[in-house]
Amino acid sequence: MDFNDTPEEAQFRAEARAFLEANCKPKGAEVERMVRALKPAEYLKAAKAYQKKKAEAGFAGITWAKEHGGRGLAPIFNVIFGQEEAKFDAPSAAFAIGLGMCLPTVIAFSSEEIKQRYVAKALSGEEIWCQLFSEPGAGSDVAASKTKAVRDGDDWIVNGQKVWTTGAHFSDYGIVLARTNPDVEKHKGLTMFIVDMKAPGVEVRQIHQASGGRDFNEVYFTDVRIKDSHRVGEPGQGWMVALVTLMNERLAVGGSTGPDYPDILNLARTLPGPSGKGTLLQDQAFRQMLADWVVRAEGYKLGKFRTMTALSKGQTPGPESSIGKVINANQLQSITNTAIEMQDHYGIIADDTLSPMDGAFQQGYLWAPGLRIAGGTDEILKNIIAERVLGLPQEQRADKGVAFKDLPTGR
Amino acid sequence: MNFDFSDDQKSLKDQARKFLADKASSKVTRRVLDDASVSFDEALWRGVAEMGWLGAAIPEEHGGLGLGKLELCVLAEEIGRAVAPIPFSSTVYFFAEALMLAGSDAQKAALLPKVAGGELIGCFAVSEGPGAPTPSSIQAKFENGALSGAKIPVTDGDCASHAVVLAKDGAGLSLVLVDLNQAGVTRTTLKTLDPTRGHAKLEFNNAKAERLGAAGQGWELAEAVLDRAAVLIAFEQLGGSQACLDMAIEYAKERVAFSRPIGSFQAIKHKLADMYVAIEVARSNAYYGAWALSTDAAELPFAAATARAAASDAYHLAAKENIQVHGGMGFTWDVDAHLFYRRAKLLSVQAGSPAVWKEKLVKRLEQRNAA
Repeated sequence: MDFNDTPEEAQFRAEARAFLEANCKPKGAEVERMVRALKPAEYLKAAKAYQKKKAEAGFAGITWAKEHGGRGLAPIFNVIFGQEEAKFDAPSAAFAIGLGMCLPTVIAFSSEEIKQRYVAKALSGEEIWCQLFSEPGAGSDVAASKTKAVRDGDDWIVNGQKVWTTGAHFSDYGIVLARTNPDVEKHKGLTMFIVDMKAPGVEVRQIHQASGGRDFNEVYFTDVRIKDSHRVGEPGQGWMVALVTLMNERLAVGGSTGPDYPDILNLARTLPGPSGKGTLLQDQAFRQMLADWVVRAEGYKLGKFRTMTALSKGQTPGPESSIGKVINANQLQSITNTAIEMQDHYGIIADDTLSPMDGAFQQGYLWAPGLRIAGGTDEILKNIIAERVLGLPQEQRADKGVAFKDLPTGR
Repeated sequence: MNFDFSDDQKSLKDQARKFLADKASSKVTRRVLDDASVSFDEALWRGVAEMGWLGAAIPEEHGGLGLGKLELCVLAEEIGRAVAPIPFSSTVYFFAEALMLAGSDAQKAALLPKVAGGELIGCFAVSEGPGAPTPSSIQAKFENGALSGAKIPVTDGDCASHAVVLAKDGAGLSLVLVDLNQAGVTRTTLKTLDPTRGHAKLEFNNAKAERLGAAGQGWELAEAVLDRAAVLIAFEQLGGSQACLDMAIEYAKERVAFSRPIGSFQAIKHKLADMYVAIEVARSNAYYGAWALSTDAAELPFAAATARAAASDAYHLAAKENIQVHGGMGFTWDVDAHLFYRRAKLLSVQAGSPAVWKEKLVKRLEQRNAA
């Protein structure tokens, strides 16, 4: 057992660090304040410029085949770059979904011509992609998608609505899951398409989240024409294609989600404890809670080391990595809740000039409910663990062997 | 990054699992459970000695196999999974570790070969009454080569031939080594939650004893022994937790209620997923403890505390929810679920309770951050 890189990994890590040091500032409160002050358009411009440099230096598409502009390296190198990049203020988030999920799907299923047209421009940051799966009536049950695509000569005509689309408001293209055959079972009547987000009939409306921010969108499709050449996979294969997209999500490196135990530890040194004697850090009840957070945070971090070990040996991580988000999201909610309550009445202030840690605990508290839902709710992830890792039988379902149009929710 | 056991260590683990499935089935555990006059299974103990496990981490010069601590960790996981009714932890994790950590050359040469050969059962005696011991609560006293006072409870104190005892020594505390087969020692067998392991009250009346390690260093040495034992016990807890989850999964797939396997209900699925998450968190923390123990890293005190806190919580959850998944059947004497529920409680308190370890964890975190 050791935590060392192989010589090859160490060399790659050094290269990654050199690139990041030359092109980014180290993470810190100062930098975060500056980023927050940027207007969205300025941020996007900076992000695109960074992605271009990253691609030129060979750090975009690390695991992609060389013919697609990648470097053809094993997944472990992607993890290593992610670890190093997380230490810097690198504006890579806007590309995570496109490069992590959409383009690998396009590469796996689309024609040479389509790949030529789209892959390189996505990699260099020139074009940004989003993923259009969830609908108002199809969240956890995403195969219940109702957005409809009807064949019309060489085109498909798409009508319907998608929701919770990250980055749709600044994306150029997206992959959209649509119903092409309502007369068969719901999983069998779906097809995936590439859609031009600037095409006539596509309308993007930002969602005003409960947390106050506007990171996600509703996307409306009204008679949007898509060429058949932009179909991804065969008609009716859309669910299988979507699973490939979602599988790639697992390989994406989960960055930090908000304040963690070192932050509340620092806060607790400065706050009085609830007994009125000593600091919060000296309070026994608090110390026991802190220990529980440490155990979970360390368990999560060390679990990633176990995943890296498997990757390093050329194995593929399975659905067991689903536990990461269950741990993280609940941990964030628990830590931020306690951090606010321990500030007593003052904790209600959510102002980055007045609140401890620039208000990060208050922001985390408002963000946590979304994190417990986004990318698979706690409950869906536990179903995945139970069925795919532990081998328990599937829930009995009301939609087996029934045509989509005959389901109560199918119209 | 190589944060996993090696192929050799995994194959040792497989061998251990096969051996224990054969020689330490729950029938064997139940023989000890059901007979108050038996404190451990002697045939299994001999078998384990013949496999060399007792000396796995003891150097070859003292009659052991001279394997590393990682090998001992994989054995511990399997022993925990089997709820093995033998004084392995007392003898190997506590007694032998204390000797290797603090013993003189003569003490090591005299006793370690006996441990490795299965001729000596050891135990570790700290507790004197309800509540976590503190440096000032210890009353047992070592004076002029003689030990007086009482220790209660001592795990495997009813069958051990030797004990390492924490006792007052002048102004401080020392660890002392005692041969339990002498006139000055009285043992009283205790009734406990986990009768598959022996427990005793040990009373010392001017019993002949000698220091183990430097005078006045008893508390620090005991803590160091506990850190080492904590990692190994965490692996036993991990093995027990995993056995509970496996048992609950198997039952949930077979048991039918409302005309469907109960494992198809989300209420059961989510319970089992929660157990899985807790066990994976415990496993990752235990591996870190194993790394720290095997490399004698400066992180050992912190790693031992996280490993122990995670494993105690995971085993408690897994053992109680395994019974719950089994429903009424799980509450019968004949179903093995209660063997784990009992052992989980022993392992969570025997080297310091979860609350004590969580406090140690935070203290060590503060020290680490200050350093």
